[in-house]
Amino acid sequence: MKLDRAAILTIVLVFGAALVMAALNQMTPPASAMHVPTYVIALAGKYLCFAMLALAVDLVWGFAGILSLGHAAFFALGGYAMGMYLMRQIGDRGVYGNPNLPDFMVFLGWKQLPWYWHGFEWFGFAMLMVVLVPGVLAAVFGWLAFRSRVTGVYLSIITQALTYALLLAFFRNDMGFGGNNGMTDFKAILGFNIQADSTRSALLVISALFLCGQFLLARFVVGSRFGKILIAVRDTESRTRFLGYRPESYKLVVWVLSAVMAGIGGALYVPQVGIINPSEFAPGNSIEAVIWVAVGGRGTLVGAILGAILVNFGKTWFTSVLPELWLYALGAMFILVTLFLPRGVVGLFRRRSRLEPEPEVPAASAAQEVTG
Amino acid sequence: MLRLLALLLLLLCGPLVAHADDPLAELASGSFDTVRQGVEDLAQSGNPNAAKILSALQNGQLYYLPDHTLLIQADDGSYANAITGKAVSDDDAEARSVRINNSIRSVLDAALGSLRLFDPNPSVRLNAAGAVFDAHQPAAIPALDRALAKETDSAVKTRMQQARAAAVLSDPGAAQDARLAAVPVLRARGDEAARGVLASVADQPGPVGAAAKAAVASIDRVLQLWSLAQSVYYGISLGSVLLLAAAGLAITFGVMGVINMAHGEMVMLGAYTTFVVQQVMHAYVPSLYGGSLLVAIPMAFLVAGLIGVVIERSLIRWLYGRPLETLLATWGLSLVLQQVVRSLFGADNRNVTTPDWMSGATQLGGLTLTWNRTYIILFAFLVMAALMAALRYTPLGLRMRAVTQNRRMAAAMGIRTPWIDALTFGLGSGVAGIAGVALSQIDNVSPNLGQGYIIDSFMVVVFGGVGNLWGTTLGALTLGIVNKFLEPIAGAVLGKIVVLVLLILFVQRNPRGMFPLKGRAVEA
Amino acid sequence: MSEGDTLLYLDGVTVTFDGFRALNALSLVLEQGEMRAVIGPNGAGKTTMMDVITGKTRPDTGKVMFGKDTDLTRLDEPAIASLGIGRKFQKPTVFEPHTVWDNLLLALAGDRAPRFTLFARQTADEKRRIEQILETTRLTDVRHRAAADLSHGQKQWLEIGMLLAQEPQLLLVDEPVAGMTDAETEQTAVLLREINRTRSVVVVEHDMAFVRALDVKVTVLNEGSVLAEGPIDLVSDDPKVIEVYLGR
Repeated sequence: MKLDRAAILTIVLVFGAALVMAALNQMTPPASAMHVPTYVIALAGKYLCFAMLALAVDLVWGFAGILSLGHAAFFALGGYAMGMYLMRQIGDRGVYGNPNLPDFMVFLGWKQLPWYWHGFEWFGFAMLMVVLVPGVLAAVFGWLAFRSRVTGVYLSIITQALTYALLLAFFRNDMGFGGNNGMTDFKAILGFNIQADSTRSALLVISALFLCGQFLLARFVVGSRFGKILIAVRDTESRTRFLGYRPESYKLVVWVLSAVMAGIGGALYVPQVGIINPSEFAPGNSIEAVIWVAVGGRGTLVGAILGAILVNFGKTWFTSVLPELWLYALGAMFILVTLFLPRGVVGLFRRRSRLEPEPEVPAASAAQEVTG
Repeated sequence: MLRLLALLLLLLCGPLVAHADDPLAELASGSFDTVRQGVEDLAQSGNPNAAKILSALQNGQLYYLPDHTLLIQADDGSYANAITGKAVSDDDAEARSVRINNSIRSVLDAALGSLRLFDPNPSVRLNAAGAVFDAHQPAAIPALDRALAKETDSAVKTRMQQARAAAVLSDPGAAQDARLAAVPVLRARGDEAARGVLASVADQPGPVGAAAKAAVASIDRVLQLWSLAQSVYYGISLGSVLLLAAAGLAITFGVMGVINMAHGEMVMLGAYTTFVVQQVMHAYVPSLYGGSLLVAIPMAFLVAGLIGVVIERSLIRWLYGRPLETLLATWGLSLVLQQVVRSLFGADNRNVTTPDWMSGATQLGGLTLTWNRTYIILFAFLVMAALMAALRYTPLGLRMRAVTQNRRMAAAMGIRTPWIDALTFGLGSGVAGIAGVALSQIDNVSPNLGQGYIIDSFMVVVFGGVGNLWGTTLGALTLGIVNKFLEPIAGAVLGKIVVLVLLILFVQRNPRGMFPLKGRAVEA
Repeated sequence: MSEGDTLLYLDGVTVTFDGFRALNALSLVLEQGEMRAVIGPNGAGKTTMMDVITGKTRPDTGKVMFGKDTDLTRLDEPAIASLGIGRKFQKPTVFEPHTVWDNLLLALAGDRAPRFTLFARQTADEKRRIEQILETTRLTDVRHRAAADLSHGQKQWLEIGMLLAQEPQLLLVDEPVAGMTDAETEQTAVLLREINRTRSVVVVEHDMAFVRALDVKVTVLNEGSVLAEGPIDLVSDDPKVIEVYLGR
């Protein structure tokens, strides 16, 4: 696989910046002008996790034409799997000091650990679940949806319903995932103090590593013959069928891959923000992830990463300086980008590339697609 | 010697026999059994002070002296003779309280109940008969018989007969014929209480038990039907709310194919219009305040409709044929609209009042119908009917259908398709605004009002079959009823989750809904 | 000819859309190696017939057999395509963002499973076959251009090239010369005859000059069933045909 300049630049920037920030945090004294405070490290780590989610959304939306309005669900499921491991790591350091049960279970008067919590005390098992839970859910959902040729906005709406159903489910106390409050007060990860600056720095570097890995994997997929077929499916699905391809298999593969990528993002997100709760399933979160991709440039992997970081940086800035204006800004971003910037920020810098979408569809035929 | 013994016995038993005849003396006793007997006897004695004494006993204010004189303690702690009412100056040490236990308490309830059966006020008698029914003590039968003989009010009489039947049936010592005759009376009453009395004797051997068992089964069937009907009513009520929320979407999404994620915000704007209309009317024309909702309906239609036209002209028309982009842009719009409302009205819930003619409830057989829900059901169907009529019979409706069926042909025939687009979108938005007026009556009016409905609305439209108003109606009602039937089994939240999952599975099996449009266009 | 030589066999095929009979007890037999032209007025059911053969539309009743014993009504589009039935659409549909070369690469007969295509590398054999098709369809000069940038005629040819790359036994070609210049039309007729040397072809076409140039057996469809069948000269003299189609 040959890497173009933009790809190399992305990897160098992402990984290099993470490494430099971590090093400055660790090696300079807090008083130094060069010092990077730990909250910035955590923030940067969060952005990188969002970038993984954006990459996942872009893979299905930009290259397979599946607009998922429920991708945050996979992100949150990965996060919950990690959260369960971190809860088990608390041991008897919880408020109630119960060595076997997380605090919220003691609070609910539960006597023993539910069966589905077993195994999460092992890091390896938890990491397996980070991959398996979103992957299996995506496989079942995708198999049903793609096989019956649910496409376009219909698919978008049911992905939204999926994350909405999960949101309601995780709000329930008797689900055994901490209900409304979710899971928090984590103490340690793999034996390291989760609050320590060194742990935070390490998590940032690991996030950068995973993001670069996902980026390379996504590039490999998109650049392969598989990827070309995927784009063919995106633009003219029926034509690929008459060539003997099964679009549903192609969509399913990329859908599951994307869900797993989102899940890994979520798993890295939880130790860095220190909490996971059902609000991560809110439909609005999934749609926000879509706008990151749209801002950066749909169908360009670099754009997804750039968009996630740009928009979230904007969000951090706005919510601290002009909190009441953030929703206006976000809303305006949705509108302006779709109207005036269909190729996103990356599109501004790049002449038309053969991998990019063809947004111009004659009105009549598309109207038929919906109403017909 | 024998005689002497007999005399002695007589002397010993004398007071006991005397006590058995005098209920007041029985009450003045430390033995629960004797007191209970006293209560029953007093109730039937016809003693004019019976009600007063028994009430005092119930309130723990009945005392007795060692000489079996009954005293009633007033609230200030002073004592008075229970019969004469004269004040008695006595030490607390001398007077002992008449103690009661649960068994006495239930006898007491029945006794007091049967005493009130003779009250001059029919409504008191009706309540008393009800109380006697609930206690269903065999001891009350004589009192009931006497009361029945005098009773003239037919409602009270029926209730007394039911109470008597309950008492007879509960008396294992009563004649079998009488008990058998009591069964149909209770069955005719047919509610939970009657069922309880019947069920308590249903496992007794013999014909009475069998008859009671059959009666219980029959009442159960009837009660089940009523509860079924109640669930259906709740279901239709929820369905009508869904229908209102989805009606506008059935136009913008169903007919035009525009994915308007800000649809919920049009509903929200309708609700806030209601709030503003109520505030203005309260301030300037308080006399017409009761009709504020009727004013709010056209206002909400205009406000939401106009905003809809503006949205179509400024945003959506640039995005025709790009449904996914439309979805994103309108989602952004929904954020902006929410924030605008939050800035103008604050983030808290706004109080929209319910007019008097919409509050309260009515009873229809075993059904409880609340007026606001009933009006909303009627209103939802009215809106749907008006919408269908508008599409079918008005010139605008004709043009709308022409444009959606064949845009180019319609344009060629001189129809100004851009304006039709704008008006259609305005119509859908206006209907959403009307829905907001109705929803302001049952939901919190807050900037987030619309978000709660958007997913449900889309599911309703997709479930019913896009572009089909009948399908939308049936889809909404089906979802409402299924939801309400799942609720008792699974709980409210889990029920909703189950419905969502079922819907997801349904849409995956039938991507075009329950009533898909057929034709070559679908295949193309 | 013996029955073993029958390639495609439609019998009593009926398709209704909302009460409208698009195909009405249509029967058609195509021999191995045959080229057939199908003509008929608008709405005669030509495209629906193609849809039925390629699995896009399921018939309400009737039999559709491919070869001796493959029932096409039980299969979906990819399965039918893999059997060796290729289809060219009325409107040229090629993969616009991809280059001409990639379009052909994706169409080349071979493994269609994701696990293969994910790791597939272009082989020397594939390269040779693509070059050959580029030669046949005269697209060698534009092989690195995006399909979106081709002229209308070039897109039609690219689509025919993609059909060839599929190496089908049977080609269904829907209005291949619509919108082509006269010279292009002529070349297309030559190309189709060339293809017909190794494969069976069904051509749906409006252009009578083109049908005449093909010089093959013609089936005339009207209102969902076969109105007439035979050589073009015979068919065009048939009064029924003149009335419904040529006369108008």
